[in-house]
Amino acid sequence: MNPAVVDEKVVDRVYITLKKEAESGGYFLNPDVDFTKNLVRGLLKNEQRYGYRACPCRLASGKNEEDLDIVCPCNYRDPDLNDFGACYCALYVNEAVAGGKEHAAPVPERRPPRSERGKKKAVKTVSAGPFPSLPFPVWRCTVCGYLCAREQPPEICPVCKVRKERFERFI
Amino acid sequence: MVIEHVNGKKMGKVILYALSTCGWCAKTKDLLRQLGVDFDYIYVDLLEDGEQDEVMNEIEKWNPKGSFPTLVIRDKISIAGFRETEIREALEK
Repeated sequence: MNPAVVDEKVVDRVYITLKKEAESGGYFLNPDVDFTKNLVRGLLKNEQRYGYRACPCRLASGKNEEDLDIVCPCNYRDPDLNDFGACYCALYVNEAVAGGKEHAAPVPERRPPRSERGKKKAVKTVSAGPFPSLPFPVWRCTVCGYLCAREQPPEICPVCKVRKERFERFI
Repeated sequence: MVIEHVNGKKMGKVILYALSTCGWCAKTKDLLRQLGVDFDYIYVDLLEDGEQDEVMNEIEKWNPKGSFPTLVIRDKISIAGFRETEIREALEK
């Protein structure tokens, strides 16, 4: 497979969009602009060769449905921001790192290894508790945890901007 | 299979399994260059599917998570991630 070529103007444009979207949802991009633009370049290369923006620091399979968890922003970003101050590739960081008060450290891989992927996890069911019958299903964004009660999840998560297919039925 | 070689001070077999798009892989490669080490690197994402599986099996022997970068030094020590201090120490041993 040949390395894809990415237009630098597109890199700059996507960088600005991602930064705006992150900040509007309470997230931060890595303040090291050169490092971050290099990750954006990786995301765009992955978009060219796989058709989706797979994490630049993970090996994509080329099958969107197998890689939904590592399409940026990945399902592991928020727990890694909590525990390590940065996501796995360090495109996103917490406020302290963004402000230069702390530095991003290496983040151990949270994604299950190849041999354990795709196995159905025991789904934790949530008791309906005091709401035995709800007028709408509740949908949860698997990236940021945003919840909404409506017939279908939104096309785009209003908080973290991921697409509809990243939502799961919560209640 | 495309294995790139970087000439430098011979310190035994040093091989870096990396992705062409990964920022931490690039930093690890830069560190090895800066230290002047003789090493090989493989961009696993640029391999054909069959070769990719073969190399992933090899990586997982060292690093069961199969994450990048994975650095294997003298067929003895493996370091997952850009851990500068650990890499420097392992090369000095």
